[in-house]
Amino acid sequence: MDDARIAKRGLSPRLWLAGGWLLLALLAAIFAPLVAPQDPLAQDLMLERLPPFWLDGAEPGYWLGTDSLGRDLLSRLIFGGRIAFIVAFAAAIAACLVGSTLGLIAGYFGGWADRTISRIVDIWMAFPPVLFAILLVAVLGTGLSSVILAIAIIDWTRFCRVIRAEAMGQSRMDYVENARIAGYGRVGIMLREVLPNVVPSIVALLSLEMGIAVIVEAILSFVNLSISTDDPTWGGIIAEGRLSIHQAWWVLVFPLITLILTVLSFSQFGEALKARFDPVLR
Amino acid sequence: MNACLDINNLSAVLANGQRVLRSVSLAVQPGEVRALVGESGAGKTMIGKAVLGVLPSSVRVVEGDMRLEGEDLGKLQPKARRTLIGARTALIPQDPLTALNPSRRIGPQMTDRLVRILGWSGDKADKRVRQLLDEVQIRDPDRVLKSYPHELSGGMRQRVLIAAAFAAEPRLIVADEPTTALDVTVQKQILLLIAELQREHGTAILFVTHDLGVVAKISQKVSVLYAGKVVEEAETAALFAAPQHPYTRALMAATPRYTDPLASLKPVDETVLAGLAAEIAMADQAWRRPHG
Ligand SMILES: Nc1ncnc2c1ncn2[C@@H]1O[C@H](COP(=O)(O)OP(=O)(O)OP(=O)(O)O)[C@@H](O)[C@H]1O
Ligand SMILES: [Mg+2]
Repeated sequence: MDDARIAKRGLSPRLWLAGGWLLLALLAAIFAPLVAPQDPLAQDLMLERLPPFWLDGAEPGYWLGTDSLGRDLLSRLIFGGRIAFIVAFAAAIAACLVGSTLGLIAGYFGGWADRTISRIVDIWMAFPPVLFAILLVAVLGTGLSSVILAIAIIDWTRFCRVIRAEAMGQSRMDYVENARIAGYGRVGIMLREVLPNVVPSIVALLSLEMGIAVIVEAILSFVNLSISTDDPTWGGIIAEGRLSIHQAWWVLVFPLITLILTVLSFSQFGEALKARFDPVLR
Repeated sequence: MNACLDINNLSAVLANGQRVLRSVSLAVQPGEVRALVGESGAGKTMIGKAVLGVLPSSVRVVEGDMRLEGEDLGKLQPKARRTLIGARTALIPQDPLTALNPSRRIGPQMTDRLVRILGWSGDKADKRVRQLLDEVQIRDPDRVLKSYPHELSGGMRQRVLIAAAFAAEPRLIVADEPTTALDVTVQKQILLLIAELQREHGTAILFVTHDLGVVAKISQKVSVLYAGKVVEEAETAALFAAPQHPYTRALMAATPRYTDPLASLKPVDETVLAGLAAEIAMADQAWRRPHG
C-alpha cells in the first residue's frame, strides 16, 4: 500500500510540469533585477525590433528580441511577471477567504443564512464579469490595489458556489450527525468536521483563481485600465505587440505564450494538488 | 428507580402531515437490551434519532415526551439537552464508513469527544481509547489510531465505532442495525462483541434491527414496530414462545429458518397487513380528533 502510494506520487507529471513552470516564473519575477538580462525600461532606437535569438539579425543578450522602442522583450516579460503574480496571489486569496467562508456558512447552516447568501451570489453572477471588472476599476481608479480589489469583488462567488454545494453535502453525512450527538457546537462541527473535507476543493479553486486573476489583470492592462505606471505588464506588452504584429510578431507571441502557460499551469497544479490533499484518493 | 430511557406517547409528523411515529411508548431499564424490530420504513431509525436529538428538520414531534434517566428532554434548553445527550448516550451506526470523517485520522476522532465534551485530559482520553480498542480486539492500536477510515476494513471500522461508543461510558447506546452493512462473515463477531461489551459495561442498548435471529440472541425485551406504531411489546423469550399480535406472527413466519428454509420464505400475509392498516387508520382518526 505504502509502496504503491509512493509510486503514484512519483508519477504525477502534471504536478511537476505545472509546478515547475510556476516555480520558474515565480523565481524569475522575484529575482527580476538579478536575472533579467537588460533594463526593461531602457529604450534604444538602434536596437528596435530585434528578432529572437535564432533568426538572422538577432543580438546576443536580447534572447527574445526587442519591441518597437528597442526594449528587451525577455526582461519585460520577467518584470511583468511581478505584477502578474502579486495580483494572482492577493486577488485569489482575498476572493477565496470571502467566498469560502460564506459558502461554508451557507452550505452548513442552511436556512435563512443560505437563502441570503445564495441570493447575493445570484445577483452578483448576473453581471458579465469582464464588464464588471472594467466598471469597478473605472470607479475605484486604476492602480495595483484597485485591480486586486476588483478581481476579489467579482470572483468570490466562484468559491462561494462550489464550497456551499460541498458543505451542504457534508452536512448530511453521518459523521456530522455523530458530532451533533456527541454534543459539539455548530461552529465547531463546521470547522472540524466539514472544513477539512472541503479543503481539497478550496485548494484547487484557489490555484484556478490565480490563473484567472492573471488573465483578468492582462485584460485590464490590455485596455489600459490596470497599473498606470511604466512598469511592464503582460497585458500591456500584448497590447503593444498587437500594434506591431506585422513588423515584430514576437512582441505579441511570447507574452501570449507566457500568459497561456501560466494560466494552464495554475489550473493543472490545482487539480493535481486536490488529488493529493484528498485522503481517499491519496 | 428511573428508567434509563422512557419514551411516552411520542408522535411525529412529516411536513405534509403524514405521521411517522404514532404514540410510541417504550421504556428501557438500566443495563437492559431492548430490541426494536419492524420492516423497512417502520420508523425504527426515527425513534433512535428522536432520542439522540437529531431528527431531520422535516420531521416534527407533535406530542409525547422523552426522559433520559428521569430528565425530561423536552423541558431542557437546547444547549443543556445537547450536553446531556452527549454525555449520556452514544450511537453505533449502521454504516461504519460514512460514520467516520474521511479526512481525519481515527485517533483524534475518538479522543476529541472525551477531551472536548467530557473535559478529560489528553492522556486519560488516549489511555481510555486504547483500553477500549483492546476490548474490541484490535491488536495494533498504534496503527489504527494513525489511520484514516478508508485504510481500515469495514469490520475494523465498526470495531472502532463500537469502541468509541463505549469509551465515554454512556448509559444508553442506540445501535441502529450495526451489522447490516457488514460482510456476513464479520456480522456475528461484531454482534458478539457488542453483547460482550454491553455485559461488561452494563450499558442499556436500544437495538434496532429487522433480524429476529439477532433479537433472540441479544435482547431481553422486544418492541415490534409497524408503520410507526408499537404493535407488541414483550420479553424476548415470551415473544418467541407465544407471539400475541398477528403482525409479529407474520414477521416470524417470514424469517428464514435453517431447519426449513423454503417453507419459511413467504411474505407477510396480506390479510394481516390489511387488518393492520385498518387498525392504524382508526388510531389516526382517534388522534386527529382532539388535535383538530
Ligand atoms: N429525512 C427524512 N425526511 C422525511 N421522511 C423521512 C426521512 N427519513 C425517513 N423518512 C420516512 O420516515 C419513515 C420511517 O423511516 P425510518 O428510517 O425510521 O425507517 P426504518 O424503520 O429505520 O427502516 P429501515 O429498516 O429501512 O432502516 C419512512 O416512511 C421514511 O420514508
Ligand atoms: Mg433505519
